[in-house]
Amino acid sequence: MISQRLSSKLLLTGAVLLAAVMLAVMIAPGTFTQAQGSDADWQTIAEERGLTAEDLRAAAMTYTPSGMLDEYVMFASGGQGGQVLAIGLPSMRLLRLIAVFTPEPWQGYGYGVGHEILEQGFIDGKEILWGDTHHPALSETNGEYDGEWLFIGDKANGRVAVIDLRDFETKQIVHNPAFLNDHGGTFVTPNTEYVVEGGQYGLPLGSEYAAIEDYESAYSGMITFWKFNRDTGRIDPEQSFALELPPYWQDLCDSGKLVSEGWVFCNSFNTEMATGGIEKGNPPFEAGASRGAVDYLHIINLNAAEAVFQAGGAVDVNGFNVIPLETVIENDLLFFAPEPRSPHGVDVTPGGEFIVIGGKLDPHVTIYSFDKIMDAIAAGPTETDVFGVPVLALESVMEAQVEVGLGPLHTVFDDQGYAYTSLFLDSAVARWSIGAEGYRPQDGWQLISKIPVQYNVGHMAAAEGDTASPDGRYVVALNKWSIDRFLSTGPLLPQNLQLIDVSRPGDQMQIIYDMPITGAEPHYAQIIKADKLNAWEVYPEVGWNPITQSVDPNAVTQGTEGVTRDGKNVTVRMTAVRSHMTPEHVEIEVGDHVTWTITNVERARDATHGFAIPFYNINLSIEPGETVTFEFEATRSGVFSFYCTEFCSALHLEMMGYMLVKPE
Amino acid sequence: MFTKAISRPDSVTADRAQATASRRWWFWLPTVFLLGAAGLLVASTNLPYWGMVLEAPQYPGGLEMRVFVNTITGDEDPTLDEVREIDGLNHYIGMKSLYDAAAFERSIAIPAIVVMVGLLIVAAFWRRRWTWLLTIPALTFPFVFLGDLAFWMNHYGQNLDPYAPLSSAIQPFTPPIFGEGVIGQFKTVASVHTGWYLAVAGSLLIVAAVIIRLIDQRSQSKA
Repeated sequence: MISQRLSSKLLLTGAVLLAAVMLAVMIAPGTFTQAQGSDADWQTIAEERGLTAEDLRAAAMTYTPSGMLDEYVMFASGGQGGQVLAIGLPSMRLLRLIAVFTPEPWQGYGYGVGHEILEQGFIDGKEILWGDTHHPALSETNGEYDGEWLFIGDKANGRVAVIDLRDFETKQIVHNPAFLNDHGGTFVTPNTEYVVEGGQYGLPLGSEYAAIEDYESAYSGMITFWKFNRDTGRIDPEQSFALELPPYWQDLCDSGKLVSEGWVFCNSFNTEMATGGIEKGNPPFEAGASRGAVDYLHIINLNAAEAVFQAGGAVDVNGFNVIPLETVIENDLLFFAPEPRSPHGVDVTPGGEFIVIGGKLDPHVTIYSFDKIMDAIAAGPTETDVFGVPVLALESVMEAQVEVGLGPLHTVFDDQGYAYTSLFLDSAVARWSIGAEGYRPQDGWQLISKIPVQYNVGHMAAAEGDTASPDGRYVVALNKWSIDRFLSTGPLLPQNLQLIDVSRPGDQMQIIYDMPITGAEPHYAQIIKADKLNAWEVYPEVGWNPITQSVDPNAVTQGTEGVTRDGKNVTVRMTAVRSHMTPEHVEIEVGDHVTWTITNVERARDATHGFAIPFYNINLSIEPGETVTFEFEATRSGVFSFYCTEFCSALHLEMMGYMLVKPE
Repeated sequence: MFTKAISRPDSVTADRAQATASRRWWFWLPTVFLLGAAGLLVASTNLPYWGMVLEAPQYPGGLEMRVFVNTITGDEDPTLDEVREIDGLNHYIGMKSLYDAAAFERSIAIPAIVVMVGLLIVAAFWRRRWTWLLTIPALTFPFVFLGDLAFWMNHYGQNLDPYAPLSSAIQPFTPPIFGEGVIGQFKTVASVHTGWYLAVAGSLLIVAAVIIRLIDQRSQSKA
């Protein structure tokens, strides 16, 4: 039996509890939702920022949360920055700068270490400390990117560099002493037997002196075939050779693949052989070179050229093997086909059957058939140019023409049978269909759609686009001008790389990301599937020499550090580990020639140590396991506080030492 | 069956024959168990007895330390020597090098196990009343191991260099040998591994063997 008082207490308690439960039930969903982040939250943000559904789609395609990795890596040239950029797709995040022709202290290139590579690019003893990088080429096996090597050329000085993709560092620079500029480089043959470097502006051979009035007789063009040795990972200049060409300003090249393997194609744009001289009353180059209605597509039989070289048909020009133009013509190594008016861009389709030329000053892309070219050559061409090079008739080799717009430059390909050509003057990208078997015969050769880009697109890159099997999905427009796309940062504006979603057919293309590029002007890029790359996380063993890509017997082990003297030559042997360098006192005398080796004995990822010596212009970046050696003259006495320049640990500030240079 | 053997009068030949037969079964079981324990003990030396994982933001995947009877290693990935890495981190808090830990014990571990295994084999076949005492080293081994481990963990954690860089931030501590702990920004998770379980299984086999034999021997003496 419950008493009156007790039952009313119970009633009260029950009522309070019921109210509490009801209150909790009402509040809870709100709290729960807030903790989760309500559905309405991101929509509110989108509204406030003025984002459309299309914008959100672009964001969903490109936003890559922390910890998620990109699907592709785009290697873009740095233009007059002289370096290469590695950019992740679809996030468009800059992953890495690779110094090539230009010294760069963050990665320790050219400030104590790296000189032996930079020096390979000096010409006739002259220090050249920048380059104009244009077209990177990934090494290929059977026409597919294999992720092992990257090649890049320097237009300004006619040099080619080799980058090792195990550690993303430049290992070699070569220069053809017979020529002093390039543009049609670098492009690789389907198994990277050769790295193609086409020259650009006509020069006397070896850049010797010849009056401009003698242009036609004394100036030449050139295309160099650099032999690549995959075992050593180096270009072998002894096995390399060049062809002398007419001074027609060869432009871009591409290697044939599959059916056209063994042939190389280059466009040219000054067959008029205009020599400018606006100050003398002559038409300037821009007018003179554009005057003619056609220029010449160069069709080069690389297999036959290789045979001629190996049979001894080359002559020595400044120590390099050059096959002279007469020999080229005699041995049927070179054929011309007309191409409309100062074209740019020569691109071979994935199956190798067609060669696409961008008209530049002509609004068409002109498509040549390799089979028809072979037939025309076999039939025996009757026309020649002024030098005697056989010229094939345009109608006999042309497969189709598609009018795409103003200023067609470069063409890339996808996996749906579409081709994409950049339109510089229209500031757009044209998608057109390749109307042949294996592509889009149902659409024929026709323009499908154009998408405006911002602004003035030069090259484009497509995912795996230069291979025998492009991936489609993404195309990047490498726009030269950004104008109003970004906040103003002064009169020097960045370039704008725009990621375009091309996964949907027809006219459905969408720009999904704008990436400003500063410090570089990417001219061209190649995009490789990320899982094809096998970059190291640390160097494989302690004491690793990145040049030889093996353990260096001269590396320093812990316990063997020290400073030793032999007359005026001092050897410093040092190790670096968190958070000290050993030794911490380096005592030398003024006038000493110092050879200093440092080995980073770390094994953990990202445990890089920097190293700088004040006054002596030394800065290194030593990755885990790496060993480096640098030399200098101790010309100034005093005390110099060397220290680790790459933040490495809680005691990074304490990671330093004193170099004490005693005066005489 | 046991009780039958004890309560049955032992003067009947058939009964005795049957008793002998059944006894033979129990007679050999301890031998099998002791040899099995010896085998398990040998096998356990190739496997880790105990491990600790150190988790911190800077080490995605964590750092793992595995303790065997005679050595300490990291995990299978050969690129990073995790013991060296942990040692390197330990120098900031003033902890002694892991390579010096339990040096004496680790140097005698394998010889000691050889002796224990030998004693087990002897005890397996030599069935005097007192020979079961020979199994005591092997029986207690896993627990001696843990006790020693606990001692060293405590010794290392409590004897930090007071002048070490992080001595103001990290006080002397005893890392737990089971479960979770915290050292600086690291969360530690410790547990015993297969090797120890094998040794413990061996100990259980020894216990069973000894009990069976002792009971059997007592029943024999009564008979």
